Amino acid sequence: MALIRVKLPAHLQILAGVSSEIELEVEEPATQRNLLNTLESRYPMMRGTIRDHVTGQRRPYLRFFACQADLSQRPADEPLPREISEGAEPFYIIGAISGG
Amino acid sequence: MSRVRVLVGTRKGAFILSSDGKREKWDISGPIFAGWEIFHMKGSPVNKERLYASQTTDWFGQIIQRSEDGGKTWEQPGTPHGEQATGADGMPAGESNKFVYDTSGENGKPLLTHQWYDGSPHPWEFKRVWHLEPSLTEPDTVFAGVEDAALFKTINGGKTWQEVSGLRGHGTGSQWQPGAGGLCLHTILLDPDNSERIYTAISAAGAFRTDNGGKDWKPINQGLRSEHIPNPTAEIGHCVHRIALHPSRPDVLFMQKHWDVMRSDDAGESWVEISGNLPSDFGFVIDVHAHEPETIYVLPLKSDGERFPPEGKLRVYRSRSGGNEWEPLTKGLPQKDCYVNVLRDAMAVDSLEACGIYFGTTGGQVYCSADNGDSWTAIVRDLPAVLSVEVQTWP
Repeated sequence: MALIRVKLPAHLQILAGVSSEIELEVEEPATQRNLLNTLESRYPMMRGTIRDHVTGQRRPYLRFFACQADLSQRPADEPLPREISEGAEPFYIIGAISGG
Repeated sequence: MSRVRVLVGTRKGAFILSSDGKREKWDISGPIFAGWEIFHMKGSPVNKERLYASQTTDWFGQIIQRSEDGGKTWEQPGTPHGEQATGADGMPAGESNKFVYDTSGENGKPLLTHQWYDGSPHPWEFKRVWHLEPSLTEPDTVFAGVEDAALFKTINGGKTWQEVSGLRGHGTGSQWQPGAGGLCLHTILLDPDNSERIYTAISAAGAFRTDNGGKDWKPINQGLRSEHIPNPTAEIGHCVHRIALHPSRPDVLFMQKHWDVMRSDDAGESWVEISGNLPSDFGFVIDVHAHEPETIYVLPLKSDGERFPPEGKLRVYRSRSGGNEWEPLTKGLPQKDCYVNVLRDAMAVDSLEACGIYFGTTGGQVYCSADNGDSWTAIVRDLPAVLSVEVQTWP
């Protein structure tokens, strides 16, 4: 299992009653899909807020970053960077700067 | 002791305003769900401590919240904090925000597209819940009006939702087009005398009715005239903004349309215009006095292009004759330099002996009249833009 740090936007912190960073034990290989599956399993109140319930697609106003790179468009089953899977760097879920 | 609780949904959270029956001193609680849009919040008529709320943002989508203690604490139905992530059946929890259109074809042909603004086919995409209407008899049963327009229903307190698909599938759904605010089902009226009868209204498709609990639906738009569509008297395509009824006469309906205030005395089979002497018949809200079924309230706006009060004067108009003859109600309301909007779900009435009327503005004010509309005071002045107002009454 990989111990992965995840940084959450403020709205989801409030929704789940957690702080800005959480830790998740993710089944290896540590991929976006496995990470998000684990996140939604442990915090079911976030189901549907990051990925569409039915299609599993990332919601359009959200992006994923890690190690100063945008992973939003990377394949869901691609292994995450080693720094993420080893817990050295966090995986960021970030909302678009928009709205009022 | 009599009291009221006003449930206010805003662009940046929910607020609960409480007072005794005098409605002079108010306790303000909130923001609840700070930062999220609360499109609508409503209590169960069967259990007034049970509240349902539609919480949404463009970033994170839809959340349904439920409270069992009048809004002090909340949970997503089926997903309480700290509980198992899967239910007893092994299915994952966290489905209270899962609204999936029925494409099974069991209620007519699968409906895959509606019309986009330019008339081209566009797939149905769930965006948000505009309105939650708890059952009049079952606390676990709630109807949800959503965008893109459809009616959903839960029978387990909001844990899971199923589409009442006969509405979209009745035959005209593929021709529905969105209004400026989206293709939204915003009005749900449950007939207190006939549990099989439900009215809904959709912008910009029109009004619809079922007489068999949601299985079959039909448009009820005869008599409406809308100049913005190719055939002004078409069966559908009318931008209905709001419908209201008095529970003692559920066959009598009052409608604020995009333009025109309308009335039906036959459950929507036909409509007649009752705009009468209003300074403008554009507006969003309409409501009926709690004890006088022929007394109705609207709040005229200048036009669809200028969605603020005519002459900068915030005036509620009251008709005591079921329409056509209207009087402005201005005492306590700003009569100059007022350019707020009052959105379609943002007016409500209480049922105290001296009927209270409430409305919220996009400027963040929530006004109350404790004397049938004769005079008004602002309960609060500086909330985020108000999206919805509901009232609960303890006589």
